[in-house]
Formats: sequence, structure tokens, C-alpha cells
Amino acid sequence: MIKMSARSDCSKREATLIRTLAVVFALVTVSFFIMILGHNPISVYISMMDGAFGTGYRLLETLRKSVPLIITSIGISLAFRLKFWNIGAEGQIMMGAMGAAFIALNFPQLPAIILLPLMAFTAMISGGIWGLIPAYFKARWKTNETIFTLMMNYIALKFITYLQYGPWKDPAALGFPKIPNFSQNAVLPDIFGLHAGWVIAIILVILSHIFIKYTQPGYEIEVVGGSENTGRYAGMNVNKIIILTIFASGSICGLSGMIEASGVNRTLSVEITRGVGYTAIITSWLSYLKAPVIPIVCILFASMIQGGTFIQMAFQIPQSAAQILQGAILFFVLGSEFFIRYKISFVKQNIPEA
Amino acid sequence: MDASFFTAAVVAGTPLLYAILGEVITEKAGNLNLGVEGMMLIGAVVGFKVALITQNPWLALGGAMIAGGIAALIYALLTVSLRANQVVTGLTLTIFGTGFSSFMGKNLMGEVVPDNIKLAFADFPLPLLSHIPVLGQVFFNQGILVYGGYIATILAGLYLYNTQIGLNLRAVGENTAAADAAGIKVSLYKYIHIIIGGVLCGLAGAYLSLVYIPSWQENVTAGRGWIAVALVIFCKWNPYRVLVGAFLFGGLDIIGFRLQKYSFYISQYLIDMLPYLVTIIILIVVSARKSISGLPPANLGDSYFREER
Amino acid sequence: MVNISKSFGDVKANDKISFSVKYGEIFALLGENGAGKSTLVNMLSGVYSPDIGEIYVHGQKLRLSSPADSIAAGIGMIHQHFKLIEVMTALENIAIGQEHSFILNKKNIRKKIDDICSKYGFKIDPEKLVRDMSVGEKQTVEILKVLYRGADILILDEPTAVLTPQESERLFDILIRMKEQGCSIILITHKLQEVMEISDRVCVLRHGRVIDTVNTKETTPMELTSMMVGKKVTLSIERPPVKSQEVVLEVRNLSLIDREGIKKLDDVSFKVYSGEILGIAGIAGSGQKELCESIQGIERRKRGEIIFKGENIARLTPRAIFEKGLRISFIPEDRLGMGLVPTMSIVDNVILKDYYMQKGIFLDRAVGEKRAEHIIKMLNVQTPDIYHPVNKLSGGNIQKILLGREIDSNPDFLVTAYPTRGLDIGSAHLIYDELNRQKEKGIGILYVGEDLNILLSLCDRIMVMFEGKIIGTVNAEDATKEEIGLMMLGEKATEVLQ
Repeated sequence: MIKMSARSDCSKREATLIRTLAVVFALVTVSFFIMILGHNPISVYISMMDGAFGTGYRLLETLRKSVPLIITSIGISLAFRLKFWNIGAEGQIMMGAMGAAFIALNFPQLPAIILLPLMAFTAMISGGIWGLIPAYFKARWKTNETIFTLMMNYIALKFITYLQYGPWKDPAALGFPKIPNFSQNAVLPDIFGLHAGWVIAIILVILSHIFIKYTQPGYEIEVVGGSENTGRYAGMNVNKIIILTIFASGSICGLSGMIEASGVNRTLSVEITRGVGYTAIITSWLSYLKAPVIPIVCILFASMIQGGTFIQMAFQIPQSAAQILQGAILFFVLGSEFFIRYKISFVKQNIPEA
Repeated sequence: MDASFFTAAVVAGTPLLYAILGEVITEKAGNLNLGVEGMMLIGAVVGFKVALITQNPWLALGGAMIAGGIAALIYALLTVSLRANQVVTGLTLTIFGTGFSSFMGKNLMGEVVPDNIKLAFADFPLPLLSHIPVLGQVFFNQGILVYGGYIATILAGLYLYNTQIGLNLRAVGENTAAADAAGIKVSLYKYIHIIIGGVLCGLAGAYLSLVYIPSWQENVTAGRGWIAVALVIFCKWNPYRVLVGAFLFGGLDIIGFRLQKYSFYISQYLIDMLPYLVTIIILIVVSARKSISGLPPANLGDSYFREER
Repeated sequence: MVNISKSFGDVKANDKISFSVKYGEIFALLGENGAGKSTLVNMLSGVYSPDIGEIYVHGQKLRLSSPADSIAAGIGMIHQHFKLIEVMTALENIAIGQEHSFILNKKNIRKKIDDICSKYGFKIDPEKLVRDMSVGEKQTVEILKVLYRGADILILDEPTAVLTPQESERLFDILIRMKEQGCSIILITHKLQEVMEISDRVCVLRHGRVIDTVNTKETTPMELTSMMVGKKVTLSIERPPVKSQEVVLEVRNLSLIDREGIKKLDDVSFKVYSGEILGIAGIAGSGQKELCESIQGIERRKRGEIIFKGENIARLTPRAIFEKGLRISFIPEDRLGMGLVPTMSIVDNVILKDYYMQKGIFLDRAVGEKRAEHIIKMLNVQTPDIYHPVNKLSGGNIQKILLGREIDSNPDFLVTAYPTRGLDIGSAHLIYDELNRQKEKGIGILYVGEDLNILLSLCDRIMVMFEGKIIGTVNAEDATKEEIGLMMLGEKATEVLQ
């Protein structure tokens, strides 16, 4: 007979081992499907790695893809610590990008040294507001934030579509619905071959880590996330904490949007996010919301996406396979949590059933 | 607005109806499954593929329903037996389902639903009922899956409120510890009803891909799965109310199209926002009012563990 | 039950326990908190399984691996924390779990319930929602639940913990009637008077072992106590005299209407003197929680005045009160849900109330570390280290951390709600001693409790609340349990004493 009981003695090493095993199991399971498709899973995986890290150019691409993921994950993890299920990162990225685009398109002549920070600032405000709206209602009336933030994603998407096909449409594009490119001043400079976003990402990771562990507001977030009533009991202004934190969460995601618009796309379009808002949910969860772990997981995931693009040509495996792989990995890690939290033991029967 | 608008609203609302019913049943068991969108997409692609291969409408539906059920089974395995976080697991299911559907659907671009299947799901009037003025035209001159929706709603309502098993199910969602102490097999109830939820979502997806939009389209659900989850709250977890909610939103779904004829200066994209905006407004109003009849099952979202020490 | 043993991790909860219960008897399982009583009967109700040992029911050896097995064997467990569904009616709660009929036939169910009621003398309204019921009514529904399933072995876990004296008497009458009908009743309790009053035999547990099983008529409370605790213990609590007549806290016309429009506090007025312990008695939901939270400042929706050391603090937030130099400590009923953050460490929990006084934005945990070490030493807390998360501590230790933190801040006033609930006698008396020590320092203490014996021994005066009102206040020296019990039901208003 299988018996389940809670355990309190799982060491960090054991936990990491179990989680790594989970990832391995996921890879093995997906390789079965690769085989069904008629390919050799080992060569597919090796190809993916090659496509992600094989040359200097590909490595750069992987890192380029990891930047928005890292920044957005940091933003999301902040909200998740409060047990605020911010699914709205997609929308917050978009609105951030939109805010930056507004500035870029309207003030193209401003010198970069003013223009770029202005764009960043506007992006953060826009993203922050987009997160603030659901947060306000959650604080006030406990409105379900999961669906609220999600609906905001769709609204943001439709809004940008509207802009792209309507008021911001580029007349020079000859009928093709596209927003004009940013001026050179509005483009993020490169540092060591990659746009400056990566520096911002690293700074955010470090700041975030210090913030949560060593500052008073970080402590407050932990308390309110752990037990809201206790926060109230301690005299904390819980509503203010929720609203400020989610604003911060949204604004970080908004910043990610600005970086993508300015550093990568050099314009605004409906495809600006490439699903990062949703992928970042997986990566921040897999990182257990820990800032130092986030870059590692994000680079891994970015390599999957980059590798996925590469093998698309080589093996005719569509891009969506990367999504399936990501989903499978998360499924297995979610399941593995069980083995970390609980102990399974097999109890011998010494009493026959009557 | 003529009767044809309402008739179309019923058609547009039917996939929502199935999805909402499915999620209501799942949530009554105490599990919040945010994978509705993913399950619908899985159902859509599997249904379409089976339809092309077998040219048989019922096998196609069956395939979609089974696929939805299997997807729900993965969720159930993770959240019931392995006690994983329900919100994240459901989200993962949606991401996985979206990828799966996109992956399987790559070769289906441009494919059309076979004619005999279209015929099987086409409208036919019900004998007496379709002669009722106005209502008869709207509700009783529809395809078989729409009628199926009415039946499913009534069955669900009777099941929940008039049967012993329905009572037990409600107990599981409200106070899992009490249900367990009363001898109810909590895990079994959860598994079965989560899977039923998945089956219905698969069916909803198949409706979209086989009946509503008769050729394959990537992302055929367009967020309907999420609206369904929101509407569960709006309908206060009551199957009978689901009829109202589903058809209301069916109307909102197509209203953009209709408005095009009348008001020309509002961009189509802004009108497209309507269903989502309305969903938000509903969410806010429901949470602000806080009436006791509108509360979710008390143990919704919690993992249950009997031997807690 | 023969030779039953069960362990949780390193803790041996039950060690080779054997006992037997006859038809038509009331069998008491006596032991203090933590002795292993609940673990033992949870094996009878199918929640746990024994590691070693056998269970025989009605002469047959059985394995009870789930509540369903237990119910099928005729065992009915009435838990201390009711397992009822608030939003359903009594009838629905009784009917859940049956699986022989498909259609819900309410008429049949109602008839069967009526039959049981008349057989044993119960009175309930089957259509009433559990949410609207009193505690006594809820307990009745729980008993009906097990009788409906044909139980003839009833296990009651601390049934009178939440009842007034009158309701307890009513319950005992019913239990005796059931015994006469042939039912076997296992009564789990730590209250000696109950054991002496209605049990036929009593088995004493201590530290997971059976000390002895005796006939109730042949033993005395003294003897039972020494068996329970293992040494000669005077279970009495000291009560140092109140020295001053200075009023430290005065509440005037305090009223509170909650979010749903229900009046939780109704024109409450009273005084507390420095160096006194004022007890608050009352059935759950009489307004005690709201009163405590109002005084502490969490509850802000109130009207009226709260005068503390001459200042009206009714409109202030907890931090504003703190900043005025007024120290009011509060040990809430809900330890992990309000007093502490369960997932955080001991250190992080002990700085909960004054962390923000640190200058700047950074958090210095050194203060917390010192404080944590001090508390652990002072109250003898069992923990591997100071960074251990509090939800992994045992109940008694959790309470010690909470109490330690609150006392460590040198309060001027202490509000405690059910501070010794669930604690073993040793820890409980440690807390009473500590409270007395604070009292002798001149601090005013508000003590919300449920055990009238403790209230009568520990407190100087006792205030009884019912439906948000103060029914009366009595001197602990002269009052009787019956008097207080009546007041708890709002029945009699004594003259309010000074």
C-alpha cells in the first residue's frame, strides 16, 4: 500500500536533483514524439544546441532572445511573490512598447541621450498603468486578476492592431499596414555586439535580488504574499503594497517592450512580443521566482526557441514544437514538486482485510 | 436587429456554452482549470484531422472529445495526484495546447471541412417547436450540436442539483475535508469531473473548427476559452445560467460584424475589443457586489491531502 | 484496539496502545494536549493507518484505510473542528456520501432524519443552512450525520470545547440516552469534570502511551491528573492580587458594523485596570475577535472611543499607536493566519512589528536574530535553528514564538485570544506564569478564553459577551460557571461591577 506523508527534510541538493531529473524525463518523452515524426531525437537535440550556440552569430541571437525573457520574468516574479497571478505581461509589454513608440515617432529629432531615457520612462509608466488597473480592482474588491490581466492582453493587442492599421500607419509603406521605423536616435546602441538591453537585464536581476532579500519593501512583499492578514496585523498598508508592487511589475514588463521595440524591431508591430509574456510565466515559475536563477532558465529557454528556428529548416519541424517542448518541461517539473514536498513509502500489510 | 442576429448569436454562443459547462463541472469539483483554451484548441485540431481522414462526423467529434479528455487527464494527474499548483498547471496546459494545435495544424492550412460533415451538422427545424413565433426561428431551427447544447445544459443542472452524485460533487468542491470524512472518494470524483470538463471543451473546439469556421484556421479559438473561464464566474457556477451567458457573449462576438453596417467610423479593431471589455466589466461588477449566492466553491483551487501533519 | 503504534517522522505519537470498549458504555480517553488521543482515534475513523497493531470491531479484525471503511464498520466520528459545508442545508450535509440512490429523494431523507431525531431526542430544522446555525446546532448535525449512516460506535473529540455549560449538559443527556440504547461512546477530552460526570471507564494517555484504564467510580480527579501529567501537579493557577486602581484602558460606546452590514459590536463599554487580567467569555462569534482587532487598530471601521493612557486611539492605525509610544501587544487566535507569516523564518517573524522603524530602505536582521535567540531561550522553544520556517514548528512552539515576540516588546497592554488552545499542560502553565509576571509589572491584560475553569482561576474579572454586547461582568472569585454559562447565551444580565 502506498503511503504519502509530508516531509520536511529535503535538502537543496536533493531538490535540484529531482528537478533536473524532471527536465531529463521531459526531454526523453518529447524525443518519443520526435521519433514518431521520423527523426532521430539525438540529432534533433544536438542540432538545436548547435543552432543556439554553434556560432558567434547564433549565440548572439540566443542572447538577444533571452533579454526580453529575463526582464519580463523579473517583472512577473515580483507579482507572483504577492500571489498575484499576473498573466498580463503580454499586454504590459505591448503597452510599454506603444508608449516608447509614441515618443519615438513624435520626437524623432531629440538627441538619443534624451530620447532613449524618455522612451524608457514612458514605457514603464504605460506598462505600469496597464498592470495597475487590474491590481486596483484586486485590492479593492478581490476581483480575479488572472482573467482580468488576460483580457487586458487582448485589449492591448487589439489597440495596437488598430494603431498599426489606422492612425499610425506608415504612408510610405504603400498600403502595407506597418508603423514607421524609428529614427536612429530612438534605437538602442549596441554594446559588444548586442543592443544595450542586456546590460539593463543584468542590472535588473541584481537589483531585484537585493531588493527582495535585503530591503524593507522586499520584506513587506514577502509578508503580504505569505499571509495578507498578517501584513494587516503588522500594520502594513496592504492595498498600497499590492498596487505599488504590481505597478512595478507592469512597468518592468513595459520596459522590456521598449527594449524590444527600440533595440530589435526598431518599430512597433503586433508581433512585438512573440509570446514572451506567456513564456516568461513558465520561466519565472521554473526559477522559483529567484532572481539569480532566472537568467539561467531564460537563456536555456531562449536557446530552445533559437534552436527551434534553426531546426525548422533542417528537419521541417515547425516552430510550435518549441512550445510543446517548453510545456512538457514545465509539466514534468510541476509534477516533480510532489516528490520534493512529500515522501512516498511502501507500507507492508500486516493486517488482512476483513 | 432582425431575428437573424439572434439566430447567429445562438450559433456563436454554442462553443462557449460547451466550454463554460465543462469548466463549471470542473470547478464544482474544486479544481480551477485554466487550460480551457488549450483543450479547445486540441479538440479543434484533432476533430478536424479525424474529419479529413475518416470523413465521418461522429468519429471526428468523438476524436475531439477524447483528445480533450486526455488533455484534462494530464491536468488532473498533476493537480489531483501530484498536488501541483492549479493555476500554473492550467496555464501550462494552454501553452502546450496552443503549441500542439499549431504543430498538428501546419499541414491543414486551407483545408476545408468535407461536405458530408457539413451536412451532418447543418440546421434542421425541430417539429413543433420551430413553429413558435420568433423563438422558434432562433432556437429551434439550428444544427444538432446546438440542440445538444440545450440538452447538455439541462442534464448538467439536473445532475448537480437533483442527484446524489451531484450533491457529493458539490460537497467535494465546497469542503473537501468534509466530503472525505463522509466517505466520498474525493480523488475519483475530481478525476472524473475534470475529464468530463475536458471532453466538453474538446467538443467546443471541434464545433469551432468543423461547424463555425468551415476551413482550418490557426488559433481558431481567439481567446474564447478565456472568456469561458470568466463567464463561469458570471454564471455563478450554475448550469442554467450558462445558457444566458453563452448566448449573450455569442451576440457580442458577432456584433462587430453587424455594427460595421451601421456605424462606419469606429475601427473594426476597437469593436473587436468589446467581448473582452465586457468580460472585465462583468468581473468587476460581480466582485463588487459580493452576494453570497455568487461565491465560488469554497475549496476551489486547493489541493487536498488527508494525512496532514 | 490492540498494540497500536504510529509514528510521524521521528515523533512516536502512539506507542503500543491497547484498549477495548464495551456495548452500551461511555469510555473516556483522557490526556492532555499532545498525548496522542487524536492520532489514536483518527486510526479508528480511517484517516490514519497504524504502523503496527490491530483493530477489532464487533469482534472482527478490520483494516480501516479510509473514512468509508470506518463508516461501513459502524464507527461515527464527530470531529472537534466540524466537517460541515457552510452553504448547504442540514439535510444536504447529512445526505452527502451516500451512494446507493441516484436521484436525490429529499422526502425519504427527511423522514429518516425525523425518525432518528425522535429516537434520541434531537431537534433540528433540516432546511436550515449550516452557515446560519449556532455551534450547538452544528454539532447536532454532525451527530445526526453519523447516526444516519447507522453508526453504533460514536467517537466525540473534545465536544464541549465550544459549548456553553448548558449546551454541554444537553449533550450529556443525549449521550446517556444513546448509551442506554446500546451505543458505545468514546469521549476524548482533557477535562476532568466531564470524565467524572458521565464516563463509565476512563483510559489515560500520556506521551503516546497508556498509563492505565480504570473504572470511573473507583478513581479521583487527583489520581487521574497525576496519571495524565506524570507527577503530582497542582493544577491551580496563581492569581496575584490587583494592586492599583488606575485605569489603563477604557472603551466607550464601541460599535462596529462589518462589510455585510452585520452589527458585530454593539455599544460596548468597559474599563481595564493596570495590573489586572480581564477575561472575556462568550460563544464564538460574539464579537471577541472584533473587539481585539479594534483595540489593536487593525479594525478601523468602528465608532466610539478607546482611551489608552489618556489618549483616544480609536481612529489610529497600529503603527500610529506604536509611534505615539503606546505599546499594545496582540496575540491573535489565528496564529499562522494572522500573527505570523507561515513560510517565513523565525527571525523574519519576530521583526514583524517594528522592522519599519529601521532607518533607510535596507533591512537589518541582526536585531531579529538576537531577539529570536532570546525568545527561544526564555520560553524553551524547540527548533533546529533561528532561520527555520515557523510553519514547520509544532503548535506549542509556534505559540511560544508569537507570545515571545509580543512580550519582548515590553508592552503596556496585552490582548490575547485563546493563547493556550491546543497546548500541553506544561506549555500552558508556562504561559499562565508569564502572563502573571506581566500582570505584576503593572500591565493590563485582556484574555479571551473558552475554558471557563481557566478563566475563573487566572482572571480577576470576567466580562461576558453575546451578540456583540456585554451581558455582564463578574468577579472571578465569586462567580460560578453556571452563571457565566447563562450569560454566554445572553440570558441574564448581572449588574455591571466596577
